[in-house]
Amino acid sequence: MRTKILELLDRNSRLETEDIAAMLGVPVDEVELEIKAMEKEQIICGYHTMIDWDKTDEEKVTALIELKVVPQRGEGFDRIAERIYNYEEVSSLYLMSGAYDISVIIEGRTMKEVALFVANKLAPMDEVQGTATQFVLKKYKEHGTKYVSAKKDERLVIGA
Amino acid sequence: MRNPLSDVVLNMKPSGIRKFFDIVSEMPDAISLGVGEPDFDTPWHIRDEGIYSLEKGKTFYTSNSGLMELREAICEWNARKYDIHYDPKHEVLITVGGSEGIDVALRALLNPGDEVIIPEPCYVSYVPCVELAGGVPVTITLKNENRFRLTPEELEAAITDKTKALIISYPSNPTGAIMEKPDLLAIAEVIKKHDIIVISDEIYSELTYTDGHVSIASLPDMKERTIVVNGFSKAFAMTGWRLGYALAPEVIAAQMTKIHQFAIMCAPTTSQYAAVSALKNGDKDVEMMRESYDQRRRYLMKKFDEMGIPYFEPQGAFYIFPCIKEFGITSDEFATSLLKAEELAVVPGTAFGDCGEGFLRISYAYSIEELKEAMTRFGRFVENLRKNR
Repeated sequence: MRTKILELLDRNSRLETEDIAAMLGVPVDEVELEIKAMEKEQIICGYHTMIDWDKTDEEKVTALIELKVVPQRGEGFDRIAERIYNYEEVSSLYLMSGAYDISVIIEGRTMKEVALFVANKLAPMDEVQGTATQFVLKKYKEHGTKYVSAKKDERLVIGA
Repeated sequence: MRNPLSDVVLNMKPSGIRKFFDIVSEMPDAISLGVGEPDFDTPWHIRDEGIYSLEKGKTFYTSNSGLMELREAICEWNARKYDIHYDPKHEVLITVGGSEGIDVALRALLNPGDEVIIPEPCYVSYVPCVELAGGVPVTITLKNENRFRLTPEELEAAITDKTKALIISYPSNPTGAIMEKPDLLAIAEVIKKHDIIVISDEIYSELTYTDGHVSIASLPDMKERTIVVNGFSKAFAMTGWRLGYALAPEVIAAQMTKIHQFAIMCAPTTSQYAAVSALKNGDKDVEMMRESYDQRRRYLMKKFDEMGIPYFEPQGAFYIFPCIKEFGITSDEFATSLLKAEELAVVPGTAFGDCGEGFLRISYAYSIEELKEAMTRFGRFVENLRKNR
């Protein structure tokens, strides 16, 4: 049942507990208990909202920064990762396989702000050997959700 | 000028849903739970195959029966899913939707005056198609207490020496009923005894929420007297592609192909290429959609339970068939005032046969958010009805 609950919340975190219960055909309190438990076990770590900031007056830029870093004895990449993800500016951080080691996604107000953050905070770290910054120009899809205007229901309103 | 029209056509009853369609179309804010097709887009890999075939210039007729590659995929898929086995060369006809399959099957089978048994409530086109083919529709009223399944006694009682064929459609539009193997075995005995042919419309076969679909053609000695009609519309969310197929013994399939050849030539080529991908790579999509419909089905049952509206528990398709007899008005009146009062459109049960009186067909091919709003409106409406009684 946990997987089913997670799949539903993954698509819509605002789905109400009683609706989840109805959809899965189980009692409401059971769903409630499971969600609570999963929050406690940090299986559910948070609830976020998908926002298309481009449609607002807010200035926002997103950048993807590739970092080459030297892992540390006994700590691997975890310590350097922590040093980076603790910055508020960092919205996501992944350890990668392949040509570089760490992928950092940064959200800032302007390109300059992001560039300065990389130059002043990330590049000078001892473990960081090199950085490559790429700015996102347009978001098409995130988290399984497309950033396009809602499609009109074009089906025949009454059909046999 | 003399009457230019055919008597058969003039005497055909217009579809019962037309009136609602016209009213709802004029109401921009109305929510409709009236559709008869999936809310999902066709899965992308299927659309992409269609596009690719166009890029490659596959824009010609296919053979009359349809692309051999698709016929083979259809046979493989049906063998894997329902344990029914057909020869792609001689026993498969690719049609323009399941609808054409029904029409062509009837035209291939019927002589003037032959009777065709049609259990109701059912999909709207069986009766007119029988009439157009020169046959005589003989309807059976299916009963709620039998879970809208056809019983051998009901069938036996409807058979005369003119009976040529029986049309069954499970999972059922509009009731959501299914027939399980023992039910089918029971009617198969009657069918064999009286030597009649079955047209089995299995278009909702993949949308079964309990044990899985059983085709009557899989039962002993039934393949030789069954025409299975199926298609891509419901299972793969491909309504607009207009693609279906009929599986039939060679003697029947050959004659159906003859009619199809003269009337249609072949089913749309682009759709046929896309459909190959649906059958070969579409299991996951079907599973995802079925699970989603199942969640909505349970959601609606819960809502109707809360409202105290009895309904027949659907086990297939994507419709629920609530009973509104307690309000003492006709299905048509109920649906009309629901539409006026709450701008919520549902289909009166009578659209699917006179015996649908006292029922509504509600489609759950909608998002949970839409269903939620619709159920709020429905609940408010019945509360007011009960208050004002």
